[in-house]
Amino acid sequence: MNQLIKNNLLGIKELSLQEIDLIFETADYFKDVINRSIKRVPSLRDITIANIFFENSTRTKLSFELAEKRLSADVINFSSSSSSVKKGETLIDTVNNILSMKVDMIVIRHSSPGAPHFLAKHIDSKIVNAGDGTHEHPTQALLDAYSIRERLGYIEGKKVVIIGDILHSRVAISNIFALQKLGAEVMVCGPATLIPKYIRTLGVKVELDIKKALNWCDAANILRIQLERQRMPYFPSLREYTLYYGVNEEIVKELDKEIIILHPGPINRGIEITSRVADADNALILDQVENGVAIRMAVLYLLASK
Amino acid sequence: MQKRLLLDGQLLQITIQRLCQHLIENHNDFSSTVILGLQPRGVFLANRIQKVIQELEGCHVDIGYLDTTFHRDDFRRRVVPKKASETRVPFLIEDKDVILVDDVLFTGRSVRAAMDAMISFGRPKKVELLVLIDRLYTRQLPIEANYVGKQVNTLASQYVEVGLKEQSGDDSIWLMNIEVE
Repeated sequence: MNQLIKNNLLGIKELSLQEIDLIFETADYFKDVINRSIKRVPSLRDITIANIFFENSTRTKLSFELAEKRLSADVINFSSSSSSVKKGETLIDTVNNILSMKVDMIVIRHSSPGAPHFLAKHIDSKIVNAGDGTHEHPTQALLDAYSIRERLGYIEGKKVVIIGDILHSRVAISNIFALQKLGAEVMVCGPATLIPKYIRTLGVKVELDIKKALNWCDAANILRIQLERQRMPYFPSLREYTLYYGVNEEIVKELDKEIIILHPGPINRGIEITSRVADADNALILDQVENGVAIRMAVLYLLASK
Repeated sequence: MQKRLLLDGQLLQITIQRLCQHLIENHNDFSSTVILGLQPRGVFLANRIQKVIQELEGCHVDIGYLDTTFHRDDFRRRVVPKKASETRVPFLIEDKDVILVDDVLFTGRSVRAAMDAMISFGRPKKVELLVLIDRLYTRQLPIEANYVGKQVNTLASQYVEVGLKEQSGDDSIWLMNIEVE
């Protein structure tokens, strides 16, 4: 396989195992490129990419922008807080206006699930989903799986637990799809109120006891509590959440084996993870950020070549 | 399909020996010279050249692999995109004499891309090009080789098929006609 099947990357759900492997293989080469003294290749020299962010982001936006610049693409940025969306413009109108300026690709983040899919149906441009509400965040899942593969050698047969706010997490959904396609066993762990009932239909295990979950897994992906999405209280207090589901050094030390720790960021130190765990050698958190640029370069490169 | 044999195993070996002698003449003990093979087949040739020179001269020759996929100017103009291969340049090329090695010199576009890719690893003192087959009168860029295995007159409707032991099990280089159906 030399290229992706679809023109867009809307979610992991639509990707095949072969496509994920192709993205990983391409990312390997780009990781090599970004570790050179001259970190740039001219591949996307004649391409313009618009990063349209209707929701706040630091890591993802910077990572995409850097990936685009490393590929020599022209980049324009748009954030809804300082735009005419505030004046009542619709999503399609906004995007069509941007496309009229001869933009070739769109990277979009939106708080409504399905926004990139909706756009893909109505406009003729390549679209990369950079997170849509509580639905999917495909590049994050790809870089998480890539980082696990890099550290453990392979993913097939590995056990991965996703801990925290599963209900509001697009990272969790995309990770479940990606890891299962790559042959891993997936478990989710968190307070019962933050684990959606349908999650078992995806074929994942559910565990409410964090110690059991950590003892079962090879890798733990710890998520942030997304207070901004929670419209009602799902647990009594953050302090109580930390008491029951916070990952600290004591719990990790008590385990029978060494596990690797991932976190998609932003980290709330002292809530879902303590500093000692986040900064330990077996935490891949900064590797994830580095790999994020390589993975996004691979995705943009492969889509642009279509 | 019509085809003509350009080089067989024995001739190829003689050609490589001759090219190596020529390289030694110009580069002495290779202390400030490095060889960069272009992916995919230039790498096999570069490996063979390194081996022969090291046997003849008893000196060490630095060798690297260069992949030009991300530097090509026909990206997005191809029907099927090229798949990338490994780039491995485990040394600095700053102030070195660099010898680029490829199998066939045709339009000159891959060599242009290779020079672009090479610059990412430093500023060489001098760059030379070695090719096994030089297709005459087909260049689209002002690029010529310093060391040539064999020059051939070809038509646009022909292509050079390079079979090397490392890939296809035997050494043979053919000039083929593209069949029109």
